[in-house]
Amino acid sequence: MSNPVPLTTDHPGQVASATPPAPGRSRRLSDRGLAVAFISPALLLLLAMSVFPLLWALYLSFTDYSATRGGPAHFVWFENYTAILTSAQVHLRALTTLIYVVGAVALQTVLGFAIAYLISRRTHGRGLLTTLFLVPMMLSQVVVGLFWKFMLDAQFGVINSMLGSLGLGQVEWLTRQRTALISLIVVDTWQWTPFIMLIALAGLTAVPKYLYEAASIDRASEWFRFRTITLPLVWPLLLIAVLFRAIEAFRLFDLVYILTSGGPGVSTETLSFHVYKVAFLGFNTGTASAYGILMVLVVIVLTQLYLRYLNKLKED
Amino acid sequence: MAVSVDEAVPTGPVRDHTPPARRFGGRGRSVLEIALLTVLAVVMLFPVLWMIETSIKENRDVYAIPAKFFDFTVTLDHFKDVFIASGGRSALSVSFLNSVVVAGVSTVLATVLGVPAAWAYSRFAVKAKKDQLFFILSTRFMPPVVVVIPIFLMYRQVGLIDTKLGLILIYTAFNVPFTIWMMKGFVDEVPAEYEDAAMLDGYTRLQAFWRFTLPLLVPGIAATAVFALIFSWNEFVFAIFLTSSDDVRTAPPAIAGLIGGTTVDWGLVAAASVVFALPVLAFAYLVRKHLIAGVTLGAVRR
Repeated sequence: MSNPVPLTTDHPGQVASATPPAPGRSRRLSDRGLAVAFISPALLLLLAMSVFPLLWALYLSFTDYSATRGGPAHFVWFENYTAILTSAQVHLRALTTLIYVVGAVALQTVLGFAIAYLISRRTHGRGLLTTLFLVPMMLSQVVVGLFWKFMLDAQFGVINSMLGSLGLGQVEWLTRQRTALISLIVVDTWQWTPFIMLIALAGLTAVPKYLYEAASIDRASEWFRFRTITLPLVWPLLLIAVLFRAIEAFRLFDLVYILTSGGPGVSTETLSFHVYKVAFLGFNTGTASAYGILMVLVVIVLTQLYLRYLNKLKED
Repeated sequence: MAVSVDEAVPTGPVRDHTPPARRFGGRGRSVLEIALLTVLAVVMLFPVLWMIETSIKENRDVYAIPAKFFDFTVTLDHFKDVFIASGGRSALSVSFLNSVVVAGVSTVLATVLGVPAAWAYSRFAVKAKKDQLFFILSTRFMPPVVVVIPIFLMYRQVGLIDTKLGLILIYTAFNVPFTIWMMKGFVDEVPAEYEDAAMLDGYTRLQAFWRFTLPLLVPGIAATAVFALIFSWNEFVFAIFLTSSDDVRTAPPAIAGLIGGTTVDWGLVAAASVVFALPVLAFAYLVRKHLIAGVTLGAVRR
């Protein structure tokens, strides 16, 4: 410890040429050691809890394993995959999921952006308004699902009660094929419109004021300003929000489970919910794993898209 | 040409009128916008208000047709039922305690694992850093229903089914990616020169991190931990598939379990939901400055 220090002070000229690389190298080495020591625990946990289970699911997806029957699993290769990809049931669920994702995300985007636009034009009470609008987003899906189930109840739900006092007919929101899916979309929209709003608002407030001023000097119309200044500047951020919501909506399970349990019939069964039924009610673990792996592939594609846009945004 | 002439002709006389007209139009429009915002705010907040209202209504009024908005009898019985069952603590109150333990411990673990990793990713030249970070974030995007199938089998092998430890582990694994991404943003904001200066003064890299950078990161760590806490607190899918007994079960599946029977005590459901949601809203208010980063899992920052 004490040796090197006097050495450098006693013979500065001699050591200067030799020592600088040495501490440099040893520090870089210890840096690498530190990096490994700091990063590996987190990565190991992820490997154990995320990657390993997925690899196991990948293995199971090639077998006819059932969690209840037990016994050895037999390799069936791609049988599970072909069964799923050719199943009319799965096609129906995929269509339901698509309608749900597109419907909910489109509604949220339009509404969320509209609210953000309206708020961004206010000068007073912006903070309070934003806070109020954000409440639904922070609630648990369980609370949201339960509460809307109560409000949409055909008999004593407040929605039908309000419709009744307006002289309109009662609607069986959750027990009719078509309205059930619409209800699901409405509830999801209610919860996640604030998400889009929050991000759109961030984009809108970041638009430099001088651009608008320049445009108003040129007597550009409101619509022109919106189309040529606001939208192009907010769009990249909005796109990220939309993709994020699309991934979340695609994974959705909680809300379906609580609000409709996939019913009536199978009209609100999304892919996630169907996987659950195959895995935990049908106990076809092998098939469910293949189903899950296919869903993971979709999520990976969407995530790649999301991350690519994110990267682009960060580079700009 | 013709078009431009047509446009040009009316502008002459109109131009004189525009300032007052525009001002009036501006005010009218502003009123319209405020009205629209108010309507939207009412629509967005009504379900929350209705939930709070239902939680303090007497059962008779909860099921009243037509619904009672103002003239109902106020009672706190439902809240009492949330915590106290006949002759002791209710199953719900136990589930709330479980939620506190599971969410708390998993958040601490995720922070302890995630913050150093975030610092290392921010400061050092790690091999394929970008790919590693993307990989980390994408684990967070896996559909829980899919992940839970192998996790269920895995836990069955090692006896972690229906244990708090099992839930804590999976929640930690779900919060670590978020913590790393969120914290990396905060670490990036602290100049690396502080550490370099400290190291010139003779501190080691680790000491520099511990004594100079970490104190500066405390607000960021707090915000990140709050989000992780909210995520774990609200989580439902893993909780419902990996736990079953009352003394392990967390609050979300316990509250969802209230609607299992033939008759549903909606007053109790509302009260339990209010008790469950209030801490989240309070915490979310505390971290409102970091909300964008939080809800996008640390990916988007202003």
